[in-house]
Amino acid sequence: MNNTYKLMSAAAMVLLAACGTSKQQDGSAVTDGSAPAPGTVEDFNVNAGDRVFFEFDKHVLTADAQRTLDHQAAWLMTYPAVTVVVEGHCDARGTEKYNLVLGEKRADAVKDYLTALGIAADRIQTVSYGKSRLEDQGTTEEAHTKNRRAVSVVTIQAQ
Amino acid sequence: MIPEKVRRGLGAAALCGVLAGWVVSPVRAELRIEINQGQLNPVPVALTPLAGSGAEAERLGRDIIRVVEADLQHCGLFRPVPEASFIQKMNGFATAPRFSDWRMIDAQALTQGIIQIKGSSIRVDFRLFDVFAGRHIDGLSLTADKTHWRKLAHMMANAVYCRLTGESRGYFDSRVFYVSRTGFGKKQVTRLAVMDYDGENHHFLTQGQHLVLMPSVSPEGRELAFLAFVKHKPRVYLMRTDTGQTRVLGDFKGMTLAPAWSPDGRKILLSYARHGRSAIYEMDPASLEKRPLTDGRFIDTSPCYSPDQSRICFESDRSGTQQIYIMRADGTDPRRITFSKGSYATPVWSPREDWIAFTKILNGTFYIGVIRPDGKGERLLAQGYLVEGPTWAPGGRRVMYFRQDGKNHVLCSIDITGHYEKRHITPADALHPAWTP
Repeated sequence: MNNTYKLMSAAAMVLLAACGTSKQQDGSAVTDGSAPAPGTVEDFNVNAGDRVFFEFDKHVLTADAQRTLDHQAAWLMTYPAVTVVVEGHCDARGTEKYNLVLGEKRADAVKDYLTALGIAADRIQTVSYGKSRLEDQGTTEEAHTKNRRAVSVVTIQAQ
Repeated sequence: MIPEKVRRGLGAAALCGVLAGWVVSPVRAELRIEINQGQLNPVPVALTPLAGSGAEAERLGRDIIRVVEADLQHCGLFRPVPEASFIQKMNGFATAPRFSDWRMIDAQALTQGIIQIKGSSIRVDFRLFDVFAGRHIDGLSLTADKTHWRKLAHMMANAVYCRLTGESRGYFDSRVFYVSRTGFGKKQVTRLAVMDYDGENHHFLTQGQHLVLMPSVSPEGRELAFLAFVKHKPRVYLMRTDTGQTRVLGDFKGMTLAPAWSPDGRKILLSYARHGRSAIYEMDPASLEKRPLTDGRFIDTSPCYSPDQSRICFESDRSGTQQIYIMRADGTDPRRITFSKGSYATPVWSPREDWIAFTKILNGTFYIGVIRPDGKGERLLAQGYLVEGPTWAPGGRRVMYFRQDGKNHVLCSIDITGHYEKRHITPADALHPAWTP
């Protein structure tokens, strides 16, 4: 529990450091137009990172994936009304049925990590698409790597 | 002289408007194609034009013969002899075959027939001859509505195929349900589609609003079980193929997938996934009663009944890799049947009970293969960057699957000897075929 909090605050600091230079503290429009407005889907995708990647036939979160999820958790803490659908995906090198269950393992791994960092479980829905929604149709290892992913799709609730 | 007419109950065929009556000759077939060992030289068959009076009868007669030729050619076991090389001109049953003329052009089997049109229905009578023995082997009378002329042609091809191969069931009158896909990424649209096995009479059953996968068709072809993603929830749905009426199958908290009808049409097997594991369940589609058959500690999926429904084959990663298992229909006594290198998935039991077809992955290559239910006799039929999801043709002599060809996915089928791979033409990308039983 204690460790989780430490991780949490560290993640929040990283996030603030990353965003500090590009955002206006008072929330007014950013003049250079390069940074997304805080609290938007684009803000999440750009500044927290919407996806993590997995090794072949694995659902274990790598150190890189954990860092991204730390950012996601911090962002979700900041915007408590936001809900998220975690989509689990696989590469094309397995069979469809097996990959659907493997994709669920990946989505669940992300959800478990986010909830351990304090995000309420009822804010997170998971779904597996197996290999039915590839990011890259290529047949190279690079394409397969891009496809083995879990994508957090955030929904900003209308006020 | 006049052979005895025998009516045969042809359930599904009669429903679709084709009536058939066998005209059985007392002479047993001597021309019998042995296909167990793999037939590398297709048997030449001469299909002579159906004699009819009037332009419409002649045209329909020609169209029918063209379909029969395409069917017989498709299975790879026959080679239609071109009409241009015929020496004898046949005029219905008025002409007796001069077998020497047919031997001269190497035809081993010969058909002769007539077509009659009465109102909206057509009737075809034809006879089949063994050219070398110089004998009448068989005859058949088929009646259908004009709109079902293709079905009638497929029944004629089935008759020739069965009589010459000794197989009990041809596949030429069958249909294929599958997933049609267009676009990529956010523009991807998937639709359930159905067509005759030869690509004709194609139509879509869903309009693409949801991602759909893995259709399984009921024995009579009236209902389709499939996976659809509705509001981020992947569940197995049931759809009536005539009305399109659709309902979710059962009340499950998580994803359900891999539906498979029982041969008697009373049960559906599926797998139910929770937290990255999946158990096999048996469902009653009428009462929605459900029963777990495996305990859900592993990825158990892709279940399929044996034709007599006493056993179920499925895939499981309980050994650490995907392998094929067989258990009793009540879920007891699971036994692994695949032990060679590689992983094995998507087992489907042949309607003849003799083989189980599967997808195998070894060193990054996909294969379609068959294995005996006792785990012996494994044979690989097709391979590629991606070949997946076998489904059996009626009669159990042919296996269809989808193949990735560049960026496209196409449907292919192959004889269980591993010969005669044929592509089935579809209007767009095609995946997850389900051949009607």
